[in-house]
Amino acid sequence: MKSDTRKTLYSFLGELVVYGLLVTAYFFLVLHFLGDWLAHLNKENVKLYSLACIGLIIGQAVVLEWVTTFIFRLLRGRSE
Amino acid sequence: MNFLAMHFPISGTDISPVYLVVIGFLIGILGGFFGVGGSFIAGPALRAIGMHWNFAVGTDLAHIVGKSVVAAKRHRALGNVDLKLGLIMALGTIGGAEVGAQLIQMLKRQGNVDFVVSIISIAVYFSISFFMVWESWRTVRLQRKKGGTTEKGRHAKDESSFAGLTRLVHRVPLWPMISLPTSGVKAVSLWVIVVVSFIGGLFSGFLGGGAGYIRMPMMVYILGIPTHLAVGTDLFEIIISASYGTFSHAIKGNVDILVALVMNTGAAVGAQIGAILTQYFAGPKIRLLFVPIPLIGVAIVLYTLFTGHKL
Repeated sequence: MKSDTRKTLYSFLGELVVYGLLVTAYFFLVLHFLGDWLAHLNKENVKLYSLACIGLIIGQAVVLEWVTTFIFRLLRGRSE
Repeated sequence: MNFLAMHFPISGTDISPVYLVVIGFLIGILGGFFGVGGSFIAGPALRAIGMHWNFAVGTDLAHIVGKSVVAAKRHRALGNVDLKLGLIMALGTIGGAEVGAQLIQMLKRQGNVDFVVSIISIAVYFSISFFMVWESWRTVRLQRKKGGTTEKGRHAKDESSFAGLTRLVHRVPLWPMISLPTSGVKAVSLWVIVVVSFIGGLFSGFLGGGAGYIRMPMMVYILGIPTHLAVGTDLFEIIISASYGTFSHAIKGNVDILVALVMNTGAAVGAQIGAILTQYFAGPKIRLLFVPIPLIGVAIVLYTLFTGHKL
């Protein structure tokens, strides 16, 4: 295996480990608290729930993109 | 499937978050690389673990929004998004999606929606795959005849054997004519773009998902958009049209946003990897690699049609 390929593979595995830890913490802390509130909102006010769906999925995507880009840069020591 | 199962109260299902993250990751790679939503995999994958079809369709749309945000941001950083084209296309897509949904309602009333949609989807998916194999093969042969290109990846010239058709479409004199400098299009009728996006939206409303499998080829062959830009712009446009679809489904009670949020954590990594991979492949190669994607859809529909079982 070429040293460049090996380096890329190692940094990718490192990224996955760091990201996996962050995601696990996210599941247990955030989704645990959000779950009941969203289920309640879905029953009580479906229009607000629909808007919350769009806001949450876009908001999470933007934050995750920042996190993954940050991890990519941190572990590789250079910008993508 | 029940490894570390988590309860999702909105859809009332128990699903392993590990399963959702892995599915999201795989679909993220497909989306980042090809500019497709991956609904033909996500829908059956959610159905396979016991989620009802209405929730599978609505939740998948919400997940597509999140995944497309990540992939489109990465493509934007790589210079692969034509914002002007994406915004115009979003209008046509929303109109087409509404007409597609109305056609479904009409077939529902006649009582033959499953059969008709299955047959049409097989014909459409198969035709796209066949056409793209034929076109990519012709383009690669044309390049070899000309002496080939020494450049690799996105820097290689993005040729298409349908350049004649593209030139013809660009000459359609329907006012207003607009220019797309980012995509290298000097003048094209606004109506041509609206019709192309309307057809994409029609397929999205009729067959479900983001319909990137038909919009991306149409952008390349009809509008003459370079493949890398077609992938990135399609993803940007999907954010708008899938958001509209998510809102519409959520109002009807078909979205479990918690499932979509968990899937999206895997998709965030996959979409970035998929987008970065496009840098290492030339346009015709990306189009050739795209071929098995609609065929997966054909296999799923055929399985459902002949066995009567849902995956």
